Amino acid sequence: MVTLKELTTEELFTSGHRLCAGCGAGIIVRMTMKALKRPTIAVNATGCLEVSSTIYPYTSWRIPWVHIAFENAAAVASGIESAVKALSKREAWNKDVDVIAFAGDGGTFDIGIQALSGAMERGHDLVYICYDNEAYMNTGIQRSGATPHGASTTTSPAGRVIPGKPEFKKDLIGICVAHGIEYAATASPAYWNDYITKVQKALDVKGPAVIHVFSPCPLGMRFDSDKSIEVARLAVQTRYWPVYEFERGRYKLNIKVPTPKPVSEFLKVQGRFRHLFTPEFQHEVEVIQRWVDENWKRITSLCGEA
Amino acid sequence: MSKLIGLTGDEAIAYAVKQCNVDVVAAYPITPQTIIVEAFSEYVHNGEVKTEFICVESEHSALSACIGASLTGARVFTATSSQGLALMHEMLYIASGLRCPIVMGVVNRALSAPINIHGDHSDMMGSRDCGWIQIYAENVQEAYDWTIQAFRIAEDKKALLPVSVNIDGFILSHALEGVKTLDDKAVDSFVSTRKAEITLDPAKPITVGALCLTDYYFEMKRQQVEAIKESKGVISSVNEAYEQISGRKYGIIDTFGIGDAEVAILCLGSTAGTTKYVADSMRKKGFKVGVIKPWIYRPFPAEEIVKATENLKALIVLDRACSFGAPYNPLCSDVISALYQAERELKVINVVYGLGGRDIAPSDIRGLFEEGLEVSKTGKVNEPVKFVGVRE
Repeated sequence: MVTLKELTTEELFTSGHRLCAGCGAGIIVRMTMKALKRPTIAVNATGCLEVSSTIYPYTSWRIPWVHIAFENAAAVASGIESAVKALSKREAWNKDVDVIAFAGDGGTFDIGIQALSGAMERGHDLVYICYDNEAYMNTGIQRSGATPHGASTTTSPAGRVIPGKPEFKKDLIGICVAHGIEYAATASPAYWNDYITKVQKALDVKGPAVIHVFSPCPLGMRFDSDKSIEVARLAVQTRYWPVYEFERGRYKLNIKVPTPKPVSEFLKVQGRFRHLFTPEFQHEVEVIQRWVDENWKRITSLCGEA
Repeated sequence: MSKLIGLTGDEAIAYAVKQCNVDVVAAYPITPQTIIVEAFSEYVHNGEVKTEFICVESEHSALSACIGASLTGARVFTATSSQGLALMHEMLYIASGLRCPIVMGVVNRALSAPINIHGDHSDMMGSRDCGWIQIYAENVQEAYDWTIQAFRIAEDKKALLPVSVNIDGFILSHALEGVKTLDDKAVDSFVSTRKAEITLDPAKPITVGALCLTDYYFEMKRQQVEAIKESKGVISSVNEAYEQISGRKYGIIDTFGIGDAEVAILCLGSTAGTTKYVADSMRKKGFKVGVIKPWIYRPFPAEEIVKATENLKALIVLDRACSFGAPYNPLCSDVISALYQAERELKVINVVYGLGGRDIAPSDIRGLFEEGLEVSKTGKVNEPVKFVGVRE
């Protein structure tokens, strides 16, 4: 596990970007930059991070950075990684380079899953980081395949009949692991040394590695912007967001939560779940608690902790 | 030493790519382009090329990977057809907008629905405004020659634009022809290796594909307009250099018997071959007919076409694609715009033909020339847009 002392003071993701105050993505990218080991090229899918950090003629990125489209960060990263190989072969490139792709949950769980699947199947040496704020926040808070059950978004609103999103979240890590990749992990920015250590591990892997990190979004999840890390910590402490890793066939639970808080602690601090605390929809909180318990059981069982 | 090799259109493109020091190929199979991917896979698996070949999971990812590789400084090639090109549509604009000198073999094929695997130009015409330089080859020899030239055109600093080399599905992609190929060394010294000036180099970090709002976007597009205009000069100088090593002369447009012609047919791709054959036989009988074949469709050779039509009284423009609901079909719309701008009052007939691979026979073309000759006499066009070879 990395320690604060070991971290570089160099900032490769600079201040002055226009992400919202308290945005998880900004914090996550800054931490990611602290984990870099070699010269690195970043690919960014369309989303908040891309539009807020590179408003022409300004940029917050002090490493080569490219944005192409919403659904293809993994495919673009595949092309870059292959080009580096090809150029090295003909001695037109003489340094080791890491390639990192950043994409939100929309660009990963939904529209980008095909490109991610293709890149993992082909075994490109790249790190794919999905910062998951659990909805399409960049377009104004619409539901995605990562939006949890019960959350109110503009396309799964808390209506009089349907209280938020009826469906549950996809298991991204399960999908990635099924591709036979070497490394996949979840993380939370509230546990910075766990996250940075994981980015470093992922960079060391020869082949694709995926990190799925919870990204608090004050605007879309509806909480005060000074509460981001608190929400990210509650996600873990309520067992809503199990922090674990899959490394060469073995699962490991990185953050044990022996005395979990009820999931309502995580839900009630966010406006997107406010409707669940009315008498007619109170049972939905129980539904979510059940999902959390079952998911925790499943993950801890994979990790040999159950 | 140059060698005569029997190659299909697809194989000729793959063979040219093999000779062009391509760093990265990313492609997905689709009929009738598949042979390009297959032939190139053999080169890779037999160790005949050092290329990194990415067998992607879709055409969208093929072009995405190509853009990523191109921005890293690699020489890049891909190929597609029809639905594949349509799936790339979003990326076509990004490739030209980010000024990626990618070369793509496009084996033209009809678009669904209904599904049809045969040759017409619906696919590329659907993407005609994507900012790519677009070349149409008449035969397999041209497919080979243009593919080699395409890399130099694309990578020239004045252009720095993606280039598509179009061949007609099945008519050229699967037709075996004797191709005069160039010696590997001759091609190597002609195309060299790519030397990109601005790349995703960590030593000199750049941001590519930033958000450009109302304050800058328009200026970016304006520069693209200039770049593709400039590319015409680049194409001509590459043609001259290529003539030096191959002895074969190319240009922006090709003409046949146009000097004293009263009537000409203007068309793209393989149909020009049949049309030249018919024109030749008619000229021997004293009919003043000719053929105009734009090799380059974008940038549109307006001046060259206007000049070629100087002595004409009637022009027949063949379109192998429809622009549904438009007054004319794609190629003819461009031709008429060029004539109008040059204040040329020329009688024009627009003919849609060959959709979904339907043959156009020499007799059909002879009939069109005869109709053109009639128009040149009477000065009257009865049907400005007509369909040939369709049951109505």
